[in-house]
Amino acid sequence: MSDARNPEFTSEQLGEVRRLQSLYPDKRGALLPVLHLAQDTFGYVSLEVEEYVGGLFDLAPTHVHEVVTFYTMFFQRPKGRHVVSVCHNLTCHLLGAKTIIDHLKERLGIDVGETTADGRITLQTVECLCACEQAPMLQADDRYEGLLTPDKVDRILEGLR
Amino acid sequence: MTGEKIFTRNFHLTDSHTLRVYRETGGYTALGKALAMEPAAITEEVKKSNLRGLGGAAFPTGVKWGFIPKGSTAPKYLVINADEGEPGTFKDRYLLERDPHALIEGMVIAARAIDSRLGFVYIRGEYVQPWRVVSAAVKEAYAAGLLGKNIQGSGFDFDVVIHRGAGAYICGEETGLLSSLEGKKGWPKIKPPFPAVKGAFGHPTIVNNVETIAAVPHIINRGAEWFAGLGTKTQGGTRLYSVSGHVARPGVVEAPVSVTLRSLIYDHCGGIRGGRRLKAVVPGGSSAPILTADEIDVTMDADGLKGAGSMIGSAGVIVFDETVSIPEALMVVARFYAHESCGQCTPCRESTGWIYKMAHRIVDGKGRKEDLDTILDVAKRGAGTTICAFYDGAVGPYVSYIEKFREEFEALMRSASGA
Repeated sequence: MSDARNPEFTSEQLGEVRRLQSLYPDKRGALLPVLHLAQDTFGYVSLEVEEYVGGLFDLAPTHVHEVVTFYTMFFQRPKGRHVVSVCHNLTCHLLGAKTIIDHLKERLGIDVGETTADGRITLQTVECLCACEQAPMLQADDRYEGLLTPDKVDRILEGLR
Repeated sequence: MTGEKIFTRNFHLTDSHTLRVYRETGGYTALGKALAMEPAAITEEVKKSNLRGLGGAAFPTGVKWGFIPKGSTAPKYLVINADEGEPGTFKDRYLLERDPHALIEGMVIAARAIDSRLGFVYIRGEYVQPWRVVSAAVKEAYAAGLLGKNIQGSGFDFDVVIHRGAGAYICGEETGLLSSLEGKKGWPKIKPPFPAVKGAFGHPTIVNNVETIAAVPHIINRGAEWFAGLGTKTQGGTRLYSVSGHVARPGVVEAPVSVTLRSLIYDHCGGIRGGRRLKAVVPGGSSAPILTADEIDVTMDADGLKGAGSMIGSAGVIVFDETVSIPEALMVVARFYAHESCGQCTPCRESTGWIYKMAHRIVDGKGRKEDLDTILDVAKRGAGTTICAFYDGAVGPYVSYIEKFREEFEALMRSASGA
């Protein structure tokens, strides 16, 4: 089976890669979209994934690596099934981000940057997600959740199985 | 508050993001008008409207369009900066989710003006919902013949590609954004050449903010004079202010560019929550120098704030009540700039890291007597020495927080040393 140590797109996904590459004046423009696809498919962007994606773009693995390491959304190690990203920038700081982060650490029994032992949740802090009107806020996978209280955080965690 | 509503006029409508509702409220009528105009006349109209970039730099939009080399037969690209990331700013998210067709209509008109056949919308990677909404709107526009080949029988072709970023504040800087769009790390490029001459994939490119382009259909429909008349002598229109922090009613506020900061806080957003007193305001996103409570009788246009020693930036207004520790706020802001420096230029890479360390130890009660002057010295020396404006944006808070609240820093350091 294809995974981050032995990555291979399906023929349908390879068609999507070619479609994405055709949208740009130079196919390299599709590198970020294809890396998103790779991460969604293989779980994270391992060195093997970088090499595999590089092959699809005629790029050396080092060139893919410098892109992957530049952006915060690409995980270079296995992550949890869910990712909880708490904003700790200015407005969220003013409105109690620290309380929310401390509560999450206690509930999950992990520190920021870690994943629960059962592989369920990765906790991280992030810079401004631009939803300051709902501060303090976090992103749970794709969803923005705001006006957080410890109780609301507990309800959000219950939804992440 | 009453007043002319342009950007937010449809926000309250159910399904405001759909083509049906956009059309029912007059959408895409400006497009027909623009397609019948000479491209140069469109640019001229935008120049006369005094529309200025609403992403941060406040550069006159029509003037920027005019920088595309005349008679160039190279492909030209229109790139929309939807990489909203300036701390304290969230207005583009509202536009993308609630009025994506205003952006698309504005894009086709702008593309016509600069003779572009291909446009990109660069959306920050974390904005998954806005990305879905805009992608669906683009699909609708293609199906209705509003994008693609021979738009509305005009013979004009224009395609739009939605591009997702992957998490990096620096990609909101226009040349960093272009590097990222090209599939590279988001390193800013030395200017000149400016993007209008050599931009995306080496070709002439105009980069405009979401809100800036969303204003264009209204200018074409109602005229440059009307738009200019809503603002000040040097900047036309209303704009969206993102107001957050310790106000009673945080949110997106649409008001003329001539609104005062005091009115935004007290009339539009219900004043300070909990009956507390105002301490300070960051008026234009975290890179804008801070203003104290007695500096808020200033108009929120680009030149008004410049005159007050700050900047309008992205119009992200962050309100601090009297309970806020300025040294802690500086540490949070310094952590952000240290994290987001792209590492290309030495003054920025080194200073943002060291200034964060110093701000951190001040808050931890381990500040050294010389730290404040060292931060000021390092900050001021580096300003203006880097490829892009990122470091200058970091210098804004470093210098203003310390110079305006120096006593608070010193009191903290005294109490920590037991003096």
